[in-house]
Amino acid sequence: MIELRAINRSYSVGGQPVRALDNIDLDIDAGAYLSIMGPSGSGKSTLLNILGLLDRPSSGHYRLDGHDVTALSDLEQAQVRNQRIGFVFQMFHLIPRLTAAENVALPLLLAGVAPGRREPLVAKALQELDMGDRAHHKPEQLSGGQRQRVAIARATVTEPELLLADEPTGNLDHHSGQEVIRILESLNSRGITLIMVTHDPEMGRRASRRIKLVDGRLADPDVAT
Amino acid sequence: MSLRSADTVRYSWGALRGYPTRTLLMLLAISVGVAAVVILTGLGEGARRYVMGEFAALGTNLVIIFPGRSETAGISPSTLMGETPRDLTLADAGALARASRIRRMAPINVGSAEISRGGRSREVVVLGSSHDLLAIRHWKMAQGRFLPHLDLDRAAPVAVIGSKIRAELFGAEHALGQWVRLGDRRFRVIGIMGSEGRSIGVDVEETVMVPVASAQQLFNTASLFRILVEARSREALEPVKQQITEILQRRHQGEKDVTVVTQDAVLATFDEILGALTYAVGGIAAISLAVAGILIMNVMLVAVSERTAEIGLLKALGAPAGQISRLILTEALLLSLGGSLLGLAVGELGCWLIRHLLPTLPAYPPPWILTAVLALTLLTGLSFSLLPARRASHMDAVAALSRR
Repeated sequence: MIELRAINRSYSVGGQPVRALDNIDLDIDAGAYLSIMGPSGSGKSTLLNILGLLDRPSSGHYRLDGHDVTALSDLEQAQVRNQRIGFVFQMFHLIPRLTAAENVALPLLLAGVAPGRREPLVAKALQELDMGDRAHHKPEQLSGGQRQRVAIARATVTEPELLLADEPTGNLDHHSGQEVIRILESLNSRGITLIMVTHDPEMGRRASRRIKLVDGRLADPDVAT
Repeated sequence: MSLRSADTVRYSWGALRGYPTRTLLMLLAISVGVAAVVILTGLGEGARRYVMGEFAALGTNLVIIFPGRSETAGISPSTLMGETPRDLTLADAGALARASRIRRMAPINVGSAEISRGGRSREVVVLGSSHDLLAIRHWKMAQGRFLPHLDLDRAAPVAVIGSKIRAELFGAEHALGQWVRLGDRRFRVIGIMGSEGRSIGVDVEETVMVPVASAQQLFNTASLFRILVEARSREALEPVKQQITEILQRRHQGEKDVTVVTQDAVLATFDEILGALTYAVGGIAAISLAVAGILIMNVMLVAVSERTAEIGLLKALGAPAGQISRLILTEALLLSLGGSLLGLAVGELGCWLIRHLLPTLPAYPPPWILTAVLALTLLTGLSFSLLPARRASHMDAVAALSRR
C-alpha cells in the first residue's frame, strides 16, 4: 500500500543543513500495524509528516496505492489527506469553541458534504467511540481520554485507509492511554492501516511490525540505543 | 470538494464569536469610522440644504442687475479715458418694467439715515424701493400695508418700518399713521414689517423702507444700487436676461456696462461650494476608516498567529491554502459588514439627534454616501486582510501542529 523509495528530507537550521531523513526505503502493506520508534530528533515525526502528506521529501518517491503522491499539487494532496488519511495527535488539536460533534464534522465540512448527510456520519463515528452522549460537549468539558476519543472519531469519520497517530497517548494517564491504544488497535483489526509514532517501548512492542529510526536512518528495532 | 459557502460563513462567524472582546473592539473601531462619515456628510449636506433653502426663499426666478461689469473685456476707450461705468437710473428701471417677459420689477437704493420721533432717534438702514419688492422677496407684513403703487419718480412721504424700530420708537403706542423724521424729511408710517421676512443680507426688522424716489432725494443721488427682476417662469430666465441686457445696452449707447445675474447662478455657486465642503469633510472622516482598516489588519494578524494550531489542523484535515484564505477573508468581511451596519445605524441616529436639536439644519446624509461608505468599508476590510490571509494560507502545517 505504501512504498517509500530513497526518501531524503533535510532542513537548514541556522545555516547548517540537518538531515532529518536519510535515504529511507520502506514498504507498508495495507492493514498493517506499524510502530515507529526512536529517540527525540531521530526523524520519526518527520517521517510521519511525509507519510501524511503534511511535508514533502527533499528527494525520493512516495507511492500510495501505486500512485506517486509526491508529484501531486498542494490541492490534490489536500484531497488525499481529507479522503484517505486520518490523523491523531498527541495534543488532540480539537477546536475549543466547537462541540465534539462539530469537531468530528470538520473533515466532512471541508469536503463540502451537505449538513444533512454529515449528521448521521458524525453520530455514527461518535457512537462507535462511545461518545454519543457527549456530542454537544465542548472539549473543555471532556477528560483527556474523552478528548482523544473525539479526535479519533474525527480521524475516522471519512473512513480513511490510513490512520497516522503521533504519540497518541503522550498526554494521557496510563489508564486512558491503554484505552486509546485498544481503540486504535480495534480499528486496525477492522482493516485500517495504523502507523503510530511513540517513544514508549511498551506501546511500540504491541505493534505487529516495528521500525526504529536513529539519526534519520532505519535501524534494527531490537537493539537498544 | 470544497467548503460550502454557508459552512464558510458559519465557521467564520463561530471564530468571531469565539473571541468576543476582540470582535467587539473591531466592530467599535469600524462603526466609529462609518458613523463619523455619515454624521459629517450629514452635517455638510444639512448646511447645503439650509443655505439652498434660504436662497430659494428669495425666489428662484429672480434676476439681479447691478452697475459695472464683472468680467474683464480688455482695454476699451472708456477705460483709457478713466470713465466709470454708467449708473443705473430710474429711467432704466422704468424701461425694464415695460419689458414683456418680466413679471415684476423693483429698483433698490440703500443708504443709512437717522430716524427720529419725539425724543428718540437711531441710525437705520433705509431701503428705497417700490410696491413689487414685497412679492419679489416673499416678505409678509405685520401691520398696515407695503409701499403703494406709484410712479417710480414720485417721492411720496410714506415709510414702512421694521418691527424692532417700531418697538424702539413707539414702545407700546400705535405706530400706523404716525409721522417720523428720516434725515431732514418727514414720513408717515403706513406699514410694519413682521419678523418672518428675515432673509440673507437684509434684516427687515431693523430696516426702514420708503419709495425709491424718496430715497434718492434723501441721499441726494440719481443712481440705483440694484434692480431686482422676477421672470414669469424659470424657463424664461435666460430670455429675460438677454432682453434686459439688450434694453440696457440700447439705453447706454451700446455699452454693456451692467452685470445681470440670475438667482440660479448664485445658487449653483453656493451649491458647488457647499457640495465640495461635504466631500472634504467626508474625505477627512474616511481617514478614520483607513485607520480602522489598519486595525483590522493588525487584529487579523494576531488572530492568525493565535490560531496557528487551528489553521494547521484544518490543513491536516484537508483544507487547501485557498480555503484557509477564504475563511480569514470571510471573517474580515463579516466584521466589516457588521461594523458598517452598526456604524450606519449610529450615524443615522446621530443625524436624527442633530435634526432634533437643531431643527433648522436638515442633517440628512446624502443617500449615495450610505452605499459608498458600505462599499468602502468592505473593500478596506478585505484589502487589509489579504496579508493576514496570505500568512495563514502559507503557514507550515507541521510547525503549526507541533507547537505545544
